[in-house]
Amino acid sequence: MRYPGADRNAVDGVTLDIAGGSFTVLLGPSGCGKSTLLRTVNALVKPQSGRVTIDGSDVAAADGTQLRRGIGYVIQAIGLFSHMTVGENIAVVPSLLHWDRARTAERVDELLGLTGLAPDRYRNRYPRELSGGEQQRVGVARAIAAEPRVLLMDEPFGAVDAILRADLQDEMLRIVQSLKTTVVFVTHDVDEALRLADRIVVMREGRVEQYDTPLDILTKPSTRFVAQLLGTDDTLRRLSLMRAADAAVASESTSAETIDAGASLRDALNRLLGGVTRLSVVRDGAPIGSLGLEEIRKALQ
Amino acid sequence: MKHLPQIGGLTLQHLALVGAGLGIALVIAVPLGVFTARTPRYGAPVFGLAGVVYAIPSLALLAVAVKYLGLGFWPVVLVLAAYAQFILIRNIAAAIAGVPAAQIDAAKGLGLSAWQRFARVEIPLAAPALLGALRLTTVALIAIATLGGYVGAGGLGSEIFFGLQRQYVEETLAGSIPAAVLAILADAFFRTLERTALKRTGEA
Repeated sequence: MRYPGADRNAVDGVTLDIAGGSFTVLLGPSGCGKSTLLRTVNALVKPQSGRVTIDGSDVAAADGTQLRRGIGYVIQAIGLFSHMTVGENIAVVPSLLHWDRARTAERVDELLGLTGLAPDRYRNRYPRELSGGEQQRVGVARAIAAEPRVLLMDEPFGAVDAILRADLQDEMLRIVQSLKTTVVFVTHDVDEALRLADRIVVMREGRVEQYDTPLDILTKPSTRFVAQLLGTDDTLRRLSLMRAADAAVASESTSAETIDAGASLRDALNRLLGGVTRLSVVRDGAPIGSLGLEEIRKALQ
Repeated sequence: MKHLPQIGGLTLQHLALVGAGLGIALVIAVPLGVFTARTPRYGAPVFGLAGVVYAIPSLALLAVAVKYLGLGFWPVVLVLAAYAQFILIRNIAAAIAGVPAAQIDAAKGLGLSAWQRFARVEIPLAAPALLGALRLTTVALIAIATLGGYVGAGGLGSEIFFGLQRQYVEETLAGSIPAAVLAILADAFFRTLERTALKRTGEA
């Protein structure tokens, strides 16, 4: 894919197979082609060669307008229609699909609830009356209103402050997991990628550097660029992706201090450095082993 | 005061001239304005051409129009439609181009067709600026339509024209004061619409 007047292809020689229902993050510095690649999925960008297929059918063969009604789209600038209320914004795609009024109204309220906005308070307000975080919640609600098979998100939380961003990320994970939608998410924020992704696509100058799970990318970077971008020598970052259960060793002695099996090793390290010498790892309340600093050191090797 | 019905009739004629001129002007200017908003590189030549027409003295243009269309209603309508192009095309183009890009991108991404984007997103969001363009144009056309008095098209211009010919100031005023009032009313009318539209788009 090359833009008119550009001296290199914006996206070049990319082959990706994205599993249905997975959360894939396209990660890379600005200008690496990640947004362009995203926009080939809903045919907002048409590549000069190569093709994108969803469930086996070529998006280039579909009618673009019809295609996009089945694909959610969230952008950093949000783009809520300022002359429509929150409810009308969310109802845009359902009304394009000719849902009846009652079903649409019900869906709007359901989505407002799902995104943490009280329907009675927000339904009839205008976007300008909302904070940035609230606006992006509506943006997400609008994108998933008609239960799209695929949800595309282009740096949706880029304009939101750091504290709020973490909340929005958590909520979004919860929402998309309940929907079982395939998500393709663009960001240049490494921590955001590690936090959200099942699989990360690291891109550079239009090409894919590595396509792997977050932990594999951190522990086995395929190129120096990936290592530098991810800061793979950052031990804390690696620990934050490893679970207590993976480092625990069987032991008879149970410590009074417990940690959940699903907690990250980063949390475990925090506790250990805080003065606890050993943690008992529990799953559903039952101890499955224990860990200390030695186990964490081993897990990193 | 006994001339009041006569003034009323002339005012209606005047409005008919302006209405017809504006209507024809819009049929030409809306497509051209939208086109230049979408393809800015054609903006300069289109605005340039409209500017050249605007620069021709209106009386001269009217003389040419009469040569081909004869006396009466239509040459005046033609002149009005031609003069309106300059204000309309430029302002329509600016209004459409001023719609936030993020909302257009979102509309595309959500699956609105080109026509749906135009009707449901661009027009409502551009409405305040579009009404502003209509206001400026209408006020200008109300003034220019007084030229109708010279070529037998009627309207308030005929009072002014006869008054000038007979050096009868009262008759001139009987044409020019209603014309001025008409312009002020048109201005106020469109301003009200603009305010309503602004409230909806949330820029006020």
